[in-house]
Amino acid sequence: MLIKLKIFRFDPNKDEKPYYQTYEVEADPMDRLLDCLNRIRWEQDPTLSYRWSCGHGVCGSDGMRINGICGLACQKLVKNFREEVLIEPLPVFKVVKDLVVDLSFFLEKYNSIKPYLITKSLPPERERSQSPEQQRLFEEAIRCILRACCTASCPINQNKETESYIGPAALVRAFRYLFDSRDEASEERIALLDHKDGAWGCQTLWKCTEVCPKEIPVTKQIGQIKKRIYESKHPK
Amino acid sequence: MIFQHDIVIVGAGLAGLRAAVECAGQTNVAVVSKVFPTRSHSGVAQGGITAPLGNEEEDHWEWHFYDTVKGSDYLADQDAVEIMVKDAPRAIYELEHMGVPFSRTPNGKIAQRNFGGHTRDYGKRPVKRACYAADHTGRVVLDTLYDQCLRHQVKFYSENYVLSLIFEGKRCGGVVTYDLATGEFYLLRAKAVLLATGGCGRIYKTTSNGFASTGDGLSLAYRSGIPLEDMEFVQFHPTGLYPLGILVSEAARGEGGFLRNRLGERFMERYAPAVKDLAARDVVSRAILTEVKEGRGIGGKDYVHLDLTHLGEEKILERLWEIASFVRIYLGIDPAYDPIPVAPTLHYMMGGIPTDVDGRVMVDEKGSVIQGLYAAGECACVSVHGATRLGCNSLLDLLVFGRRSGLAMMEEVKKVEAPPISDATLKTMEEQIMRLLNREGGEKVDPLRRKMQSTMMDYSSVFRDEEGLKKGIEEIRSLKERYQDIALLNKGKTFNYELMEAIELGHQLNLSEVILISALQRRESRGAHYREDFSARADRYFLKHTFVFQTPKGPKVRYKPVKITRFQPEARVY
Repeated sequence: MLIKLKIFRFDPNKDEKPYYQTYEVEADPMDRLLDCLNRIRWEQDPTLSYRWSCGHGVCGSDGMRINGICGLACQKLVKNFREEVLIEPLPVFKVVKDLVVDLSFFLEKYNSIKPYLITKSLPPERERSQSPEQQRLFEEAIRCILRACCTASCPINQNKETESYIGPAALVRAFRYLFDSRDEASEERIALLDHKDGAWGCQTLWKCTEVCPKEIPVTKQIGQIKKRIYESKHPK
Repeated sequence: MIFQHDIVIVGAGLAGLRAAVECAGQTNVAVVSKVFPTRSHSGVAQGGITAPLGNEEEDHWEWHFYDTVKGSDYLADQDAVEIMVKDAPRAIYELEHMGVPFSRTPNGKIAQRNFGGHTRDYGKRPVKRACYAADHTGRVVLDTLYDQCLRHQVKFYSENYVLSLIFEGKRCGGVVTYDLATGEFYLLRAKAVLLATGGCGRIYKTTSNGFASTGDGLSLAYRSGIPLEDMEFVQFHPTGLYPLGILVSEAARGEGGFLRNRLGERFMERYAPAVKDLAARDVVSRAILTEVKEGRGIGGKDYVHLDLTHLGEEKILERLWEIASFVRIYLGIDPAYDPIPVAPTLHYMMGGIPTDVDGRVMVDEKGSVIQGLYAAGECACVSVHGATRLGCNSLLDLLVFGRRSGLAMMEEVKKVEAPPISDATLKTMEEQIMRLLNREGGEKVDPLRRKMQSTMMDYSSVFRDEEGLKKGIEEIRSLKERYQDIALLNKGKTFNYELMEAIELGHQLNLSEVILISALQRRESRGAHYREDFSARADRYFLKHTFVFQTPKGPKVRYKPVKITRFQPEARVY
């Protein structure tokens, strides 16, 4: 089948402003949109830029806005679209070229939550003990591939006045450590999250959960962080 | 621009990051990666990491040692294998202490599962040896190591593409990189350089490898006069999602899944009576393609079924969530109710840059090492995998030898001064790239690459013979000639992927030739290298490692003896 892709184009080195360019590609209904983009780049227009790597939703490179919804081009099949698909870069972030955005802002937020296990006691000779139930608490959170679809879709992050909100991706990683029974820094972590741009920045709008390519219950996990903060201040 | 570091690591997969973690905070270390670090291909590893922890059942490092050597079809160097399997428990506990979220047994230990070729009591029956985090083990280890690097403020040159290794006298003294975001050239001077650039699966048409697996590091070393070892041994993973080639982990069979042909038969019972679906990968791949050849593929086509329907939805969702999601997204099938179509997919390179057990790169078959240059991970050949790698031994290899390389580099940089590297090399590379950008010519990257990928698939995959390999060599040489006439339409500086892919293609063509020549010269069948015209293993002539050197007259082959310390070669039967 023939599919049309209307793609956002912008090269700050030569374009005064962004524009849209439409390409026609012959595609199999089972092809990924990423296959179509590759075909455009390889056969029609090698100046088109976007990131890609594993091609099956593990590396998290090819996040973009597809018909207005953030997702991975390698997880979307041609058969699920009508004849024209609108492809734009992720919102919230600055466009570097075409579909490539600058994620340094996103990564700064991510780094700020101390995304690593903090322990104070010496580790045992073998593994630390953790029950399957304790592990299950944060099992969904470790599926996160840092694609930034959630943060890009969040109305709080999209609003200039509240853009300093840490965003759902950083909160998912914070949740992952806060709820890991091996971590020994919950006070420190709670202090990092207990402010208006931390967990309280979330207004429970569910957009992050809707777009997560790994089906992580993002909003629910942010809610559990809030509950944990509340409980730390109001011990039973 | 010129930067100075003590250690420069090229590649941010598990081997590179493990080495970086070892050096972080103690010496000035930088990591260069052509993709953002956590997009590296190690992240796609699903099934687990082997270590004889004995958490689920009795296990011993000697059994693991035997299985790895037998898996390798006796081509692995046994001194290196012994180091790896003895170090395995430490490597796993260390990851756990760093925070890797391993799945757990009911009593709180790291859970372990079955994997192909891993057995108890020297081949008697399968043993649970693979430590795992559901079916995204590679990804969570990659995330944990990356986070450790952030914690220790390792410097990253992200989305930087390495163009060249720099040598001064007899030392490696750095690399030249091209910043994909800005089009700038950097000279990174260093006292030691580690190549951890992964494999080159993208040479083949059907592969589980990501688009970045183009073998840049292998080819950069080869061009610098360093030989490549055992490149004829390329592994086809038996269960690639048909027709895309996406990996369906052996964990699916480790958890109890099995293969069926058109007649519904569990055909592995015929090929490997003792361990059935859990035989080594080369054995299972050949079995699948034999079934297909003999008309027992599904619907007469070139695939078979992987049946998980008897495992139940709950177990599939708990242990194989990612795989179930791939099958659902790409084929619209629910593996709890329908069998999964699978066919062999190019997965892993056993060969690579020859190194000693501390990652030092060897420049000849006598074992002489070059100062300042190291290699680890899939791009290296220690050799612990020989003619076939067992599942879950790759992550172990990355962790053990990544760390050992890091330790060895730290020792070396303490003792030496930075070699005086002039900025002339930077200018030379800039000029070369400018020439490539401005070249007039009639060839394009994509058609040449397609032709290379189908040539390698046709003549150098699971079954090989002399006639095909010779045809392949002819074909690749004609592509190399056409490559000289390649021209680019994109002249831009920002994220010019056409430029990067053109350079990658040059590397890929080089490596294709080395694979074909190594395979042509090995007139026997061993592990993943199966010659229809020489179907038996010939220890008398070929119990040795292939070393291919680049010379002005084309690739030249020499050989190096295998180190055998404990297990004498015997028939390899599963």
